[in-house]
Parts: sequence; C-alpha cells; structure tokens
Amino acid sequence: MLVLVEQSLNGLQFGLLLFLLAAGLTLVFGIMDFVNLAHGSLYMMGAYFAATFVAWTNSFVLGILMALGATLLLGIALEFIALRHLYGRDHLDQVLATFGLILFFNDAVRLIWGPAGLSLPLPAWLTVPVQIVPGVFYPAYRLSIIVVALAVAALLYVVVMRTRIGMLIRAGASNREMIGALGINIKLLFTLVFGLGAALAGLAGLMQAPILTVQIGMGENILILAFVIIVIGGIGSIRGAFMAAIFVGMIDTLGRAFLPDLLRTVLSSAAASTAAPALSSMLIYLLMAIVLVVRPEGLFPAAKR
Amino acid sequence: MKSQINARNVVVALVALGLLLLPLYSALTGNIFILTLFTRIVIFALAAASLNLIMGYGGMMSFGHAAYLGIGGYAVGILAHEGIGSGFIQWPVALALSALYALVIGALSLRTRGVYFIMITLAFAQMAYYIASGLSRYGGDDGLTIYKRSTFGGLIDLSNRVQFYYLCLACLFGGVYLIWRIINSRFGMVVQGVRSNEQRMQAIGFHANRYRLVCFVISGTICGLAGALLANNTDFISPAGMYWTRSGELMVMVVFGGMGSLFGPVLGTIVFLLLEEVLSQFTEYWALIMGPLLLLIVLFARGGIMGLLGRLSRA
Repeated sequence: MLVLVEQSLNGLQFGLLLFLLAAGLTLVFGIMDFVNLAHGSLYMMGAYFAATFVAWTNSFVLGILMALGATLLLGIALEFIALRHLYGRDHLDQVLATFGLILFFNDAVRLIWGPAGLSLPLPAWLTVPVQIVPGVFYPAYRLSIIVVALAVAALLYVVVMRTRIGMLIRAGASNREMIGALGINIKLLFTLVFGLGAALAGLAGLMQAPILTVQIGMGENILILAFVIIVIGGIGSIRGAFMAAIFVGMIDTLGRAFLPDLLRTVLSSAAASTAAPALSSMLIYLLMAIVLVVRPEGLFPAAKR
Repeated sequence: MKSQINARNVVVALVALGLLLLPLYSALTGNIFILTLFTRIVIFALAAASLNLIMGYGGMMSFGHAAYLGIGGYAVGILAHEGIGSGFIQWPVALALSALYALVIGALSLRTRGVYFIMITLAFAQMAYYIASGLSRYGGDDGLTIYKRSTFGGLIDLSNRVQFYYLCLACLFGGVYLIWRIINSRFGMVVQGVRSNEQRMQAIGFHANRYRLVCFVISGTICGLAGALLANNTDFISPAGMYWTRSGELMVMVVFGGMGSLFGPVLGTIVFLLLEEVLSQFTEYWALIMGPLLLLIVLFARGGIMGLLGRLSRA
C-alpha cells in the first residue's frame, strides 16, 4: 500500500514533468503548425545550463533561474535564426531540419561539456524526506517538482485562458491568417510562443536533472514520449496534453514498478526482469496506437481549422 | 522527346558503373576499407530506395522504417542463434516477417493522415525497438552476435567480401528495378494518383487505402531484405540499430538525394554516408557540421541532388 502511494506520486511527478515538455510542443504545433524535434534538445540544454550555472554560482535557486533564462534566450535565438523560415513548409521539411538540429546540439554539447555526463547536486534543504500523511515519507525534491509543475500548469491556464496574449495565442491556433489580417504582429507572437515553449522544456530538463544524470541524448527518449502525449491528447490542446501526460506518466511509472512482480508469477525471474521494462515502455505506444486507431484526432482535439 | 543524355542520367550511369567496378579498384589498390564502406552504403541505399517508394511515390511519410531493418536482421540473427544457418530459410523468414509487420501496422496507421501518420509509424517502430530490447534470450539491449553468416549451399559465400558486395549490389539494382516497374505499372499509377488527389481516385472507383497498404507492404518487405543483408554485413544485431534516429537518417538519405526520383535515394545515401565518413575523419564532431548542413539543404535545396541535377540539365 505504501509502495503504491509512493509510486503513484512518482507517476504524477513524471507525468507533470512530461506535461511541461508537451505543453511547449503542443503550443508550437497548434499555433504555428510546426513539428519541432529539437524540443528535446532544449530540454537537454536546460539541464546542462542548470548544472553549469549551479556549479558557478554555488546557489541552487540562482543557478536554475539563470538556466531558465538561458534556455528562453536560446529558444528565441533558434526561432529567429533558423526555424521561422520553416513555418508553412511541409511537415517533412520541418522534421528533417530539426532532426539536423538534434545532431548539432548533441555534438555541440559533447564539444563543450565533454562526453561524460554531469550531475546536479541538490542543496541539503531539498534532500530531506517529508511526511505527507502519517507514516508516509516522500522526498522533498520530488514533492517540490509536483508543486512547481502544478503551479506552472495553473499559470499557463490563466495566461492562455484569461489574458489578452492568451487570447491571441488561441486565436492564432484556430486561424493564423485572420489574426494577422486583424493587425496582430504574428511574427512577434510566434517568437514569444516559441520562447515560452523552450523555457518550459528547459524547466522540465533542469528539474529532471538532479534525479537522473545530465547526459547527451537525454532529450530524445523523452521527446518521443512528449510527442506521444500530444498525439494522444489531440494536437494543439493544452488540456489534452495535461490529461495525457498524467496518464502516460502513471502508466510508465506504475508499469516499471509493478510489472516485474506481476510477470514473475508467469515467467522465470531473469526473463521477467528483462521483459518488464520493455513491456512497460511498450504499453505507452500501444495506448497511442489504440487512441489513434479509435480517435485519429486524439482524445481532446483542438478546435477544427 | 527530350534527349536522354542530360546531367541527371549521366551522373546516374557513372555512379552505377562506379559501383559495379568498385571491387576491381579495391583489388588493384589493396584498399579493403573502401569495399566494406561501400557494402554498407549499398545496403542502406536499398533501404532508402524502399522508403522512397512510399514517401516519394505514395506520399506516406513513414518515420519507422528502421523497424524493418531490425526485423530482417533479427530474423537472420535469431535463426542463426538457434542453429538454422541456411539463407534459404533465414531470408524468406526475414521477408515474410517484415511483410507481416508492415501489413499489420500499415492497416492501422493508414487510418490517419499527415503528421499523425508520421507519429503513429514512429510509435510502432519504437514498440518494435522495445520488443527487441526485451528479448533476453537473444541479448536484450546488448544485442546478438551472429557467428556464422547465412549459407546458400555453396552457391555463394557471404564471408567473401567481393561476393557479398556483389550480392548486395544485385539486391540494390534488383530493388530499384522492381520499384521502377511498380511505379510505371497501373498499380503504381493509382498509388501516385492517390498521393495527388485521394478524393478523385476514390470517386473514379479505386479503393485508395488498399492500394496504399499494398505499396506500404512492398516497401517494408524490401527494407526487410536490407535488414537481412545488414545483419550479415555487421555480424551483429542490436536494438540500437532500430532506434528512431536510424529512421530519421533513412529519411534524410531519401530527401538528400531527391524524394520521388528513382535513383535519388541511392545518390543521397552515397553522399550522406560518405560525408559522414569524411567529416568524422576530419573531426570527431562531424554532426556539428552535418546538422546545420541538413538544415541548409532543407531550406535552400529543394528536390535534393536529383533536383539540383535536373536544374543543371535544363540550364
């Protein structure tokens, strides 16, 4: 029972992290109709920036704030230099160009930081276990990820649904030409949205960094998961991304935690421990395949164009 | 009638001749490395050509073609591991499994269009990747060493470099010929018609998705053959070879050469893999140059190498 609570919290935490990544992706996709494979690279850069700045400044909070700013700037620069020329092009072109960017970022990181991974040590005040209900302790850092991600999700909701800029973003998602014709500076809006998406990806990366090691290629696996999420949730829909992210995070974490024991009842111990992680990774893709076959537009399709 | 002698045809003829004469050059200069390099290139060219069949002519952007390389490879590897070394069994099994996989995922994926199709083929390929990682009996993540290449009862010896190269080349030329016959057949015309205007094809009575699905299966089967060749070439098969970045590389090869042209993918593969080889000799960080180059090609060189040559011959 205790394990179940703890693993469910882990699943929630992973799901929220995935949501941060998927939110940026789905915004960019929904509004600019742009497939950005390099989103995972921004996630990786966020983690590398954080590890570097925290080591420089000797302050965890200051370091991650600087890393967040750096990822935002990187995203804006990337959009300005390269990606804005790809709007309106074929999806295939976008996939290929951003695939090239992944190659570039991976080798750039290898050149600057070396092939070995970095680690981002946590300050003492984040390593203590917190008692959430009597008898159940949960790491403070994982708890703070949940809190921060939920806060960001709420903020995102308010910005998108309640502010003028959010209104423009939603209008852009349903009809780009029209809001351009109404005199909105659509280029600036696109750059802003892209920067926001980059910062969200960076935030996800730097929050994940203390849990896993910071390494080259860390963004690739999770990028595919984020794509799965936005496809399940319906491209362009933030609400869909949120639901799907929690769902996928739960399936992945609970699958990894409980499938080995479950499989051990039918398979030999060695076979079960190899098959279980593979099977729990597969579950997610299976879910996506089922969703796409049954509802090709995703569970919560954004407004029709 | 246009003249048959233009830049495009001359380049294609020269490349084909060069590929045919390569073992001669290798034997004369004693440069064995170039033969092994080009064996790899020829195999990937076959895979890229098969992807081009559905991408360029069928309009189906499959982001999961690496799965067939893995399926073909694992069919050879697993049968060899279980003591069945005959290529007469291994290869038909590799082709049949690839075709079956293509049939199943094609039937499901073709319900979607556009970017959803890209994503669902990717998802299925990742599933195949995780299945391969879960095969604990066959090495799991670490992969499986193939100790003995496929045997063909003394007909051909795959351990002989030159013979293996010519077998791969024959498969490539055979594959390209097959694709040429397909795209010029009635079936191929329908597939291309569906790419241009699906509704119209439906309206004049063609069942668009059936044609698409058959095309998808043919492409997957050819790529499965490339997988069987690749496993024999490297004497090793692992899940890493079917990771999604490999599918991305195959797409890059096709677009490099020129999507929807018969020989484009072959040229694209040669240029891509040679560039990778040359750049990695200059610097360990070859992708630092390759990445932005790819971006530039997408931005400025539409139609790839074939498109470029086409413009040259018109000028």
